[in-house]
Amino acid sequence: MHELAVTESILQIAEKHAHQANASKVTDIFLVIGNLSSIVDDSVVFYWEMISKGTVCEDSVIHFNRLPATLYCLVCDHTFEIPGELIPCPNCGSYQLKIQSGEEFFLESIEIER
Amino acid sequence: MATEKVQVVEKILDANDQVASQTQTLLTGSGVFSINIMASPGAGKTSVILKTIEKLSGKMRIGVIEGDTAPVTIDADKVMAMGMPAVQINTGGQCHLDAMMIDRALKHIDYKALDLIIVENVGNLICPAAFKIGTHANVVISSVPEGDDKPYKYTNIYRGIDVLLINKIDLLPYLDFRMDYFQQGVEILNPGLTTFKVSCKTEEGFDQWIHWLSQQVDEFKNRIHA
Ligand SMILES: Nc1nc2c(ncn2[C@@H]2O[C@H](COP(=O)(O)OP(=O)(O)OP(=O)(O)O)[C@@H](O)[C@H]2O)c(=O)[nH]1
Ligand SMILES: [Mg+2]
Ligand SMILES: [Zn+2]
Repeated sequence: MHELAVTESILQIAEKHAHQANASKVTDIFLVIGNLSSIVDDSVVFYWEMISKGTVCEDSVIHFNRLPATLYCLVCDHTFEIPGELIPCPNCGSYQLKIQSGEEFFLESIEIER
Repeated sequence: MATEKVQVVEKILDANDQVASQTQTLLTGSGVFSINIMASPGAGKTSVILKTIEKLSGKMRIGVIEGDTAPVTIDADKVMAMGMPAVQINTGGQCHLDAMMIDRALKHIDYKALDLIIVENVGNLICPAAFKIGTHANVVISSVPEGDDKPYKYTNIYRGIDVLLINKIDLLPYLDFRMDYFQQGVEILNPGLTTFKVSCKTEEGFDQWIHWLSQQVDEFKNRIHA
């Protein structure tokens, strides 16, 4: 469970950018997270409500843009999505695979009031 | 009131990564090579560290940073009993070490006098993968009793590491661990990863690991003195 540390970082980044933009309030936070990242959204939301109290981010809503984890099959050229666990190519059964995406982990934008 | 969108696009753990990169610069400037050992609880992190110290004693000055979630000094005491400096970090229940903790720990160890710092991360296959701590090389130890499906389930820990030790191979005759299946999973996550099969009990495979590690330290020293 490293969601607390992650949520603290999100708050730090949001506060910094809110300050730079002279925001009086942050209303929304937009995260982009690939499905290979081992982060539990509900835990982040749970900690967010706790740690954002009394900050410029109080009562803001976190939005998770979850991106699929995709693998490419080196044997049959098939590209497919995985839930998080590695599985063989559903087309040919091969394990000769390459990870293409799913490790995204960034704060894309915030919505503010001045 | 109208809201306004502010573009951010910042990696969520960027602050941690920045401290990690400062730590690496500091250690490089001091001529100390450093490795971060990650594994499940009980995979053999401390056993590998002690055996490594034993094999390299007289050849290298080694310091150890021990991460634990509780204020116990069992692992650090074992290292100090071998005459090497060790610092214990108590993460206060947190499941991983982060860059700030290493930064603080370095204030308690005379790292400039060392050739190698070994960090034992908290026993956990999920969280340490996300937090860079600034070491020059990242090591994972998988032990065969954990099962051959670990790379398929805990994908992150095998990404971005530099070497993998498969430990407790003395136990292979008693288990149904499929080495091929295990390594096939690792190959997807980290193609061509340097891997050593070892046993802390029989010392099988240790010479190869020690050779690799010594070579890394030598190459590092040559690079910084070039
Ligand atoms: N049979 C066998 N046992 C081993 C081997 N390596 C370690 N062990 C045993 O595994 C147990 C755990 O080893 P440790 O070195 O304490 O593991 P660790 O990863 O440091 O554990 P934590 O710090 O508690 O997470 C001990 O009882 C060791 O003696 C090995 O190669 N073979
Ligand atoms: Mg240990
Ligand atoms: Zn295929």
